[in-house]
Amino acid sequence: MKVFQQPVKPKLAVWKFASCDGCQLSLLDCEDELLAVSEAVEIAYFAEASRAMQKGPYDLSLVEGSITTPHDAERIHQIRRSSRVLITIGACATAGGIQALRNFKDVKEFTRVVYAHPEYIDTLKTSTPISHHVKVDFELRGCPINKTQLLEVIEALLHGRKPNTPAHSVCMECKLAGTVCVMVAHGTPCLGPVTHAGCEALCPRYNRGCFGCYGPKENPNTRALAAEWQRLGAKQMTIRHAFRNFNAWAEDFRKESEKHEP
Amino acid sequence: METESAFPVVIAEKALHTLVCALQKAGYRVIGPILRDQAIVYDELDSVADLPQGWTDEQQPGSYRLKKRTDQALFGYTVGPHSWKKFLHPPHLRLWSVSRSGNEVRFSHDKTPIQKYAFLGVRSCELHAMAIQDKVFLQAGHEDAGYHQRRNDSFIIALNCGEAGGTCFCTSMKTGPQATSGFDLALTELLSADRHEFLVEISSQIGANLMHDVASREASAEDLATAANILARTAENMGRHLDTKGLKERLQDNPEHPRWDEVAARCLGCSNCTMVCPTCFCTSVEDTADLAGETAERWRRWDSCFNSEFSYIHGGSIRSSVKSRYRQWLTHKLAHWIDQFGSSGCVGCGRCISWCPTGIDITEEAAAIGSTAPPPEDTS
Repeated sequence: MKVFQQPVKPKLAVWKFASCDGCQLSLLDCEDELLAVSEAVEIAYFAEASRAMQKGPYDLSLVEGSITTPHDAERIHQIRRSSRVLITIGACATAGGIQALRNFKDVKEFTRVVYAHPEYIDTLKTSTPISHHVKVDFELRGCPINKTQLLEVIEALLHGRKPNTPAHSVCMECKLAGTVCVMVAHGTPCLGPVTHAGCEALCPRYNRGCFGCYGPKENPNTRALAAEWQRLGAKQMTIRHAFRNFNAWAEDFRKESEKHEP
Repeated sequence: METESAFPVVIAEKALHTLVCALQKAGYRVIGPILRDQAIVYDELDSVADLPQGWTDEQQPGSYRLKKRTDQALFGYTVGPHSWKKFLHPPHLRLWSVSRSGNEVRFSHDKTPIQKYAFLGVRSCELHAMAIQDKVFLQAGHEDAGYHQRRNDSFIIALNCGEAGGTCFCTSMKTGPQATSGFDLALTELLSADRHEFLVEISSQIGANLMHDVASREASAEDLATAANILARTAENMGRHLDTKGLKERLQDNPEHPRWDEVAARCLGCSNCTMVCPTCFCTSVEDTADLAGETAERWRRWDSCFNSEFSYIHGGSIRSSVKSRYRQWLTHKLAHWIDQFGSSGCVGCGRCISWCPTGIDITEEAAAIGSTAPPPEDTS
């Protein structure tokens, strides 16, 4: 990743593709830190926050959302060309998002059922992550992303170091916080052992199993976890749906979900 | 802890309250077992009333369940998901901070005051785990000053186990169930239809001083016999067994045993075993800074050999497969630890078995590795 060392403030742009806006809202949600962010970088393009839009090139682009239309498949290349560093934020941008459920079905059939005039709908057959289209310098996981991690990434980038966003399991976060394992102590099926950390184990802290919002951890053993879910009484459909969620198109989760097809 | 040869005494159940109050008055944060989220964890006690009276646990590989007891035992359970290392070797620790003003850079050590802890209900296996971590953190020339102070300041009330859990195997590791050293006071719970008392062994001057204010009577030969019977019964009821004879060699001689592949198929690489292990001590450091780059901090946090980044050196991770990570953990714990620190790294507490989401059993794996090794040379 490139380091910014120019005397002027780096220019930041925030881009939206197919998404719910929740991840870019995380940046606005940095209420206490927003002033520090705006002092550290020049917010040059952020449609959700301001109508003032500066032209590129940009030093840092944060990209939210997945590629679902021919137009967006073109647009992401323009953004890549005008960005020194491109970081994708959230499950849509890093894995295709919940809308990647279309990838398992026939989109044309959906548009026929949903729209009065499906001929006006110009959409791709798939929802794919940004990294399938252009080179991505860093991926920040989550649905939505954790704003503390977003600040960590921006800060690390400004100072030329690697961001601390470990790819280990959610279990690590449970154990560091002293949270009791919901799977072992309650028999609650949990995706924590195969899921990338970052949420600070939000669901297990409230006695719920992990939903896998941050996608697969590095080297996940989804097969062994699915077997354990079965032992706890989960049906094939439950397992398929668990892996086929916000990160359905992340390769490890996709492959596991396909093993539990009817 | 200085040793004072005091005769064991017996105190009433209610007197435990006096003891806890005396510790709190002396400035200790009293930590003990409490009930939370359907498990018995270690946290601060306001009073003895916080202890999980009348509860027990049932533990099997990958399973932990609380059950009501038929009696009102205060310590009628075994060890839970927490260990005392979370207090002595905290999961997150700020090491130092640095601030910049113009061209001047100023470093400062962490000045968070160190807590004085009193640990109530420390099992024999846990005392051994503390002694093992002492070897790691108090090595001459590499001493962890914060650990040293937390450890020296701690007051330890051990508990002789009256129950053995389904995943316990301290007798195999020769680490229990009787607390023999490393405590200020050691309790044995004496509970029957007509009595609820504690036998108290006093092993330090601080312990003796505290006991001055607690109503007690000298233990009778019968009390001592009852306590001995409890420990004998516990020792006979271990849920697991590990044959340690030749184990180090069996593990070190079998790096390519097919069992490593079998266990890797079940291993989630989630790190739970290392996090709950009372002797696992590995950490990594992380730097944080503010956006302006004026202040930065270095933090230490627990890490695990089951994480890819743990073995990352220039160019990549040395142990990229789960198999290599599991093999690293097991052989370090049960074999290389002996070369490194002079004892096994396992105290037989069974936490890694109970809290493994897929129920991988260290005693089964260790027994299987080497079981099909080439037979010894025929000498006939």
